Amino acid sequence: MRIELDFISVLTEWPLLVKGVAWTLGLTSVSTVLGLLLGVALAWSRVHGNFFLRALAGSYVESIRNTPFIVQLFFIYFGLPALGVRLSPEVASIIAMVVNLSAYATEIIRAGIEATPKGQIEAGMSLALKPGQIFLHVVLPPALRKVWPALVSQIIIVMLGSAVCGQISTEELSHAANLIQSRNFRAFEAFIIATLTYLSLAIALRRLLNWVGPRFLFGR
Amino acid sequence: MVDFSLWDIFRNLLLALRWTVALSLIAFVGGGLVGLLLLITRLSQSKEAQVAVKAYVQVFQGTPLLMQLFLAYFGMALLGIETSPWLAAGIALTLYSSAFLAEIWRGCVEAIPKGQWEASQSLALSFFEQLRYVILPQAFKIAIPPTVGFLVQVIKGTALASVIGFVELTKAGTMITNATFKPFLVYSCVALLYFSLCFPVSYFAKQLERKVQSGYA
Repeated sequence: MRIELDFISVLTEWPLLVKGVAWTLGLTSVSTVLGLLLGVALAWSRVHGNFFLRALAGSYVESIRNTPFIVQLFFIYFGLPALGVRLSPEVASIIAMVVNLSAYATEIIRAGIEATPKGQIEAGMSLALKPGQIFLHVVLPPALRKVWPALVSQIIIVMLGSAVCGQISTEELSHAANLIQSRNFRAFEAFIIATLTYLSLAIALRRLLNWVGPRFLFGR
Repeated sequence: MVDFSLWDIFRNLLLALRWTVALSLIAFVGGGLVGLLLLITRLSQSKEAQVAVKAYVQVFQGTPLLMQLFLAYFGMALLGIETSPWLAAGIALTLYSSAFLAEIWRGCVEAIPKGQWEASQSLALSFFEQLRYVILPQAFKIAIPPTVGFLVQVIKGTALASVIGFVELTKAGTMITNATFKPFLVYSCVALLYFSLCFPVSYFAKQLERKVQSGYA
């Protein structure tokens, strides 16, 4: 049996692929920023919050981490309109990605916060810093530095997970591949090219974040 | 039109849950076996074999599971094998799990002090004897909690098989939604069922980890 592969007819649709990559990167960067901010807030609540906040953050984290991303996405996109919240596919995708990333980031950042030596906090207090200042300037930067590799991995997992957003017709990379294969019936080739693109995006994103983190987020 | 009561919805979802569990077990067991082979290859002396396993792991960890499922599904058609969602999902999830498990277990093996390898070597044990009698029994102990934790990943991963037409919990949810027009209720139930499947497993994994860390495993 001869297998004929025709990558050219997929590659000629490159504008669609480029647009898909742009959407994937756009979704990822927005949800990374928002997800990390929410993650920090939730991690603070889990460590320093009162009983009510701790329980709330804890159950949020557990319910997100123990359900599949695709179900969260469907719930937000198909389920919420029943409550009168109608969202565009793109907004629903971003919300789902933010929710998903923040839950995992909370646990990762919390581990970093809890690893802060007590003397650091006492030193901050002795300088008459307020609790908020101590958290932001004394505890958080080294905590982020400690857990940054784990956070980077999680961001990449979310980027790869965004492939699922094509299922609600967000026009990201996997959606583009799907569109191309429905035009020329070269399904295998289209998905091979999309997969390889994801692979290079993942490798590039890891390099970028490993570079960005120490320079802009938590100093050297 | 047939009316669906809440119990009808829940019962149908429960029936579909069987296939989520079955697919998870297939992927987990299959992934474990392939992962063990990968691990042994990775630990062997051959440089080429090590690089090959590294690349395998990088590819499966660096690409979306959804794409892997699509490739398995359409790749089988290309090879002239009759495509079935069962086979495609089984293969894709097995390979996906094997890459992650091989990587998890490699970390556990590397946590074993080098002196253990050297000691077993000095007893003239062969490579496989070293693994079988010295290294793996010790690595096994610390490998259990992360492996159980990964089972949660696998269960959640099976939800993506719905996209290639495998009727498991998520797909059943979509089908019932299309019949009842109650997406909020149905997806809440779906999420609840996944949660009740995954939460005990991740809780158990956390307990195991605490045990290992306190040294009472």
